[in-house]
Amino acid sequence: MSNYTVAPAPHVHGGDSVKKNMLNVIIALMPAYLAGCWYFGIGALIVSCVAMVSCVAFEWFISKFILKKQPQINDLSALLTGLLLGMNLPSSLPWWMVIVGSLVAIGIGKMSFGGLGNNLFNPALVGRVFLLISFPAAMTTWPIPDQLSLFGSVDALTAATPLAYIKQGIFTTFTEADMILGNIGGSLGETSSIALILGLIYLLATRTITWHIPISIIGTVLIFTGIMHGIDPCTYASPLLHITSGGLLLGSIFMATDYVTSPMTKVGQLIFGAGIGIITVVIRLFGSYPEGISFAILIMNAVVPLINRYIRPKRFGAK
Amino acid sequence: MNIIVVSLIVLGTIGIIAAVILFFVAKKFYVEEDPRIAEIENALPGANCGGCGFAGCKNFASACVSATELGDLRCPVGGNNAMNAIAEILGVTVAETKPKVAVLRCAGTCAVRPRTSHYNGVSSCAIATATFAGETGCSFGCLGYGDCAKACTFGAITVNPETGLAEVDEDKCTACGACVKACPKGILELRFKGSKSRRIYVSCANKDKGAKARKACSAACIGCGKCVKECPFGAITLENNLAYIDYNLCRLCKKCVAVCPTGSIQALNFPVIKKDENI
Amino acid sequence: MKTFKIGGVHPQDKKLTAQKPIITLAAPKEAIFPLEQHIGAPAKPIVNVGDRVKTGQMIAEAGGFVSAPVHSSVTGTVSKIAEYTDPQGFSKQAIYIKAEENDEWADGIIISDKLETKTSLDAKEIIKKISDAGIVGLGGACFPTHVKLTPPADCKIDSLIINAVECEPYLTHNHRLMLEKAGEVIIGTRLLMKALGIEKAYIGIESNKMDAVNHLRETAEKLSDFVHIIEIVPLKMKYPQGSEKHLIEAITGREVKSGAIPASVGVVVQNVGTAFAVYEAVQFNKPLIDLFMTVTGSSMTEGGNFRVRMGTSMKEVLDMVGGIPADAEKVIGGGPMMGRCISNIDTPITKRSSAILCLEKQKTVREDVLDCIRCGKCMGTCPMGLEPYLLAKLTEIEDWSELEEHYIMDCIECGCCTFTCPSHRPLLDYVRYGKFKVGTIIRNRK
Repeated sequence: MSNYTVAPAPHVHGGDSVKKNMLNVIIALMPAYLAGCWYFGIGALIVSCVAMVSCVAFEWFISKFILKKQPQINDLSALLTGLLLGMNLPSSLPWWMVIVGSLVAIGIGKMSFGGLGNNLFNPALVGRVFLLISFPAAMTTWPIPDQLSLFGSVDALTAATPLAYIKQGIFTTFTEADMILGNIGGSLGETSSIALILGLIYLLATRTITWHIPISIIGTVLIFTGIMHGIDPCTYASPLLHITSGGLLLGSIFMATDYVTSPMTKVGQLIFGAGIGIITVVIRLFGSYPEGISFAILIMNAVVPLINRYIRPKRFGAK
Repeated sequence: MNIIVVSLIVLGTIGIIAAVILFFVAKKFYVEEDPRIAEIENALPGANCGGCGFAGCKNFASACVSATELGDLRCPVGGNNAMNAIAEILGVTVAETKPKVAVLRCAGTCAVRPRTSHYNGVSSCAIATATFAGETGCSFGCLGYGDCAKACTFGAITVNPETGLAEVDEDKCTACGACVKACPKGILELRFKGSKSRRIYVSCANKDKGAKARKACSAACIGCGKCVKECPFGAITLENNLAYIDYNLCRLCKKCVAVCPTGSIQALNFPVIKKDENI
Repeated sequence: MKTFKIGGVHPQDKKLTAQKPIITLAAPKEAIFPLEQHIGAPAKPIVNVGDRVKTGQMIAEAGGFVSAPVHSSVTGTVSKIAEYTDPQGFSKQAIYIKAEENDEWADGIIISDKLETKTSLDAKEIIKKISDAGIVGLGGACFPTHVKLTPPADCKIDSLIINAVECEPYLTHNHRLMLEKAGEVIIGTRLLMKALGIEKAYIGIESNKMDAVNHLRETAEKLSDFVHIIEIVPLKMKYPQGSEKHLIEAITGREVKSGAIPASVGVVVQNVGTAFAVYEAVQFNKPLIDLFMTVTGSSMTEGGNFRVRMGTSMKEVLDMVGGIPADAEKVIGGGPMMGRCISNIDTPITKRSSAILCLEKQKTVREDVLDCIRCGKCMGTCPMGLEPYLLAKLTEIEDWSELEEHYIMDCIECGCCTFTCPSHRPLLDYVRYGKFKVGTIIRNRK
C-alpha cells in the first residue's frame, strides 16, 4: 500500500471557477468600456482606473486588517466591482468622489457582510447610489461626448442625458444612430447600446449568465413603456428610446445578473427581472429622478432572499 | 413654557395609562412556577450542554422538581456540589458519585501508526468515516479531524497536530458526553476520573487480529490476554481481540500496565516509580 | 435524441479503452470471497476449512430473501474463513480458497461459446436459476436481481429497460461487452422479459457508442422471435443518464415519484452486464463468478477491458496492466463521478467492482474552497431538482428536520453539484452525510 489520496466522489471537477466567471464579465464589459473611453476621453479613463484601483486596494486592506483573513483579490471580483462602479459614473466626477464611492461599495456594500458571496446588495450599485444621494450635482453633470478631449483638456461643456430630456417631454434631441452607438450624454459605460449588447452576447455564449434576467427586465420595460406610449405618445416616450437610454442595458446585463444578489432559480430570475423592469419604469415615468434602474435593482436585491425561499426548482418526481 | 407643560402632561398620561395596562396584563398572564425551579437553575452551572439528557438547564431543573427522587437525574458538569445543592433545595438525598472524565481510547500517534493514504475532503470525522476507514491501516482509531473538539462546549478537547490525536484537558472536561456522541468511531469514553486523577485504561479500540493490529499501529492492543490473566480483580475482559478495563472494578494496581507488550494500557498521573523500588 | 429533462452536466468524454477488446484474465492462485457483496443480508458460509470446492460451486448461501449466494470462481481448498480488508480499509468476513492449477467445473455447468437462443423454462424457473446463480445488479448498487424480478403485487410491470448507458467518463467495459457479446446480451434481455412476463424491452445506450447501437439493432433483428420486442434507444450524452430514474424518464417519459421504486411506474431496470450474467446462468447454469471491468488511467498505457474472476486480488489485476502508474494520485473503484476511492489495493474483486481508474494529480485536485456565491449553478445541474447549496449548509448546521423537508432523501449522489460549483465547495460531501443522518432518523422513527 502506498500513500494514495482518498476523497469522496466526485473526483473530477468541471473546471468552472469564480475567477473565470468574473473574468468573463470583465471581458464582456470591454466593448462598452472602450466605447465610453472613446466618447468621453481621458476623463473616463481616469474615473474608471481610480475606481478599479481603489476597490481592489480597499478589499485588500479590509480583509487583511479588519476581517483578518486571507485577501481574495485574485478572484477579480473587486476589480469587477471597481470597473462597474467606474462605468456607472459621469466621466467628469472628481477623483476623490470616486474613491469615496469605492470605499462605500467595497466597505459597506460587500465587506461589511463578510465578503464575496455574503453581500445582499450589488456593491457597485451601493457605491453609485451613495454618490448620487451625497453629491447629486456632480453625479448628474454629464459631459458632452467629445472624443477630441482625449488629446486636450477635459471638456467643461455639459449637457442633460436623453432621460432628462424625456422627463421634460422632449423626445427628439438625439438621433437613433447616436443612441445606439452611444454618442450621447450619460455615465461613461452606459451610453453605447450596441457595445453593451455585444457584451450580452458574449456572456450568453460563454454561459456565464442565462437570458432570464436581462430579457425579463428589457421585456417588462418594453411592454410597460409600450402601453404608456400607446395611451399617450406625447407625454410618454417610445419603448425603444427608453431601452437605449440611461443605464437600463448596463444595469440589466451586468448589474442585475450579479450571481450573489440575484435569485437562483430560473422562475425566480424572471420574477426578479420583471420587478426591476416595473420599478424602473415607475421611477422614470412618475418619480422625481430621471433614471431608476439603480434603485430598482437595489430594491429587488432586498427581495432576493424571499424569492429564493419561495420559488423552488422543479423537483424530479414531485407529487 | 406652555409647550413644556402640555408635553409633560401628555407624556405623563400616556406613561400612566401604559403602566396600568401592563400591570393588569402581567397579572392576567402570570404563570405560576415552582420557585424551586429558579433556585435549582441557579445552583446549576448553566452551560446548557445537554449532558444530563435534557435540552438545557431549565428543563433539567423542572425535571428535578417534578421527580420524587433524583435517582438517574444528574448534572455531570456540576458534579456532586451541584447535586448536593439541588438535593438540599428539594429536601431529598442524593448518592455521591465519582466524577468522570472523557478518555480517548486511541494512542495511535503519527509516530506509531504509519500513514497508508491521504484524505483530501471536508475536515470532518463523520464525513471521512463515510468515505473510508482512515488514513492508516487501523480502521478503529482516532481520525483527528476534530468532530469531538467541535462538539465540546467547554473547549476541553483539542486535536494535537503533532500526534494527530484528540487530547482531553481534564481540568476543563465536565464529562457532559457531547464528544462521546460526536465521535463516529465511538472511541471516546467517560471513565472515573480517579483519585488524584489517576486512572488506567486500554488506549486502543482496534478489534483486528493481533498481527494486523500491530502492523497498523505499534501501540495497538493485540489481544494477547496477558493483562486479563494478570489482573487480580477480574476487571479486564477480552473481546474481539481487544482488552477492556472495567473502571468499576479496577483498583489501579498497575499490574496490567507492566505486562502489556505494546504499551497500549495507559496509566495516567501516577508518580514516577524509582527503579530499585520496582525490583 | 432522448434524454432526461432537468439538470445534468457534461463531463469531458474520455474513453481511453473503447477500442481494446476484452481480455479474459487467468484464475488467481488464492481467491478471497467476501460474504457481503450485495445489498441485503450477508451470505452464510456453507463450506468448512479444508473442504475442496469446484469452480462454480456455491460456498455461501443467501442470508435471506434480499441476499445472494456466493460461488467459488476457482477449484481448490478452503484455507480459512476469516477477516479481509475491503477497498476502503474496513475489516469484513470472507472465505479464502487456495486454488489448484486446473479448473474443475461444478456439476451442471456447461462451458460453451455457442449462442444458445432457446429456452423451455417458465418465469419461475428462470428466476430460480438467477437467484441460485447469485446474480446481483452489476451497475454498482449490487441489488439482488431476483428481488427486482419479483416486484410487489400492486405494481403492474409492462417494460424492461436494459441500462447500457455507461455515462461515466473512462468506463468502456459495457461498450465492449455489447460489441463482442451482442447475441448473449439480446438473449439475456429476452430471458429477463420472460421472467417478468412482458413483451417490451428497451436498451438505452448513450450516443457516443453508436457502433454498439447499430450492432445491437442488427443482432436484435436477426435473433428476433417476433414476440419479444427489444428496442435499442440511443440517448443524448448527458450525465447522469445512467441513473435508474433518469433513464426511465428519458425512455418512457414516466417519472418515478419521490421515494418510490421503478416498479411503481411499471418498469424494471437491469444493467447490461446483468443481462449477460443472466444469459449464462439460465442457459449454461453458470453462476456469477466473473465480471467485466475497465482498468484505465490517462498514463496507463496497457489499460483495457478485462473479464476477471471474482476473488482475484485487485493488485494482481493492476499488475497485469503494468501496475499503478507512478503519477497516480488516486485509485478509484468505478468512474470519476461516483466511484469510491480505494485506499487498500490488497483486496479482492467482488460483485461490487466495475472499474479501476488511476487518476493523476492535476485531474483530481480539489481547489481551495471559497464562500458560496449563490450563482445557483448547483440547482441548475441537479437532476433531481434539489437545492444542493442549501442542503450542504443545513447539514453543516445539523438541521436534520429542515433537511428532510428539502427532500434530501431524493438525492442520488451523482455529484453534479460538486462538479459544477465555481467556488469548489464540496457540496456532495455534506449532502451525502446529511442524507445518511436523515435516513437514520427516518428509519428509527418506524
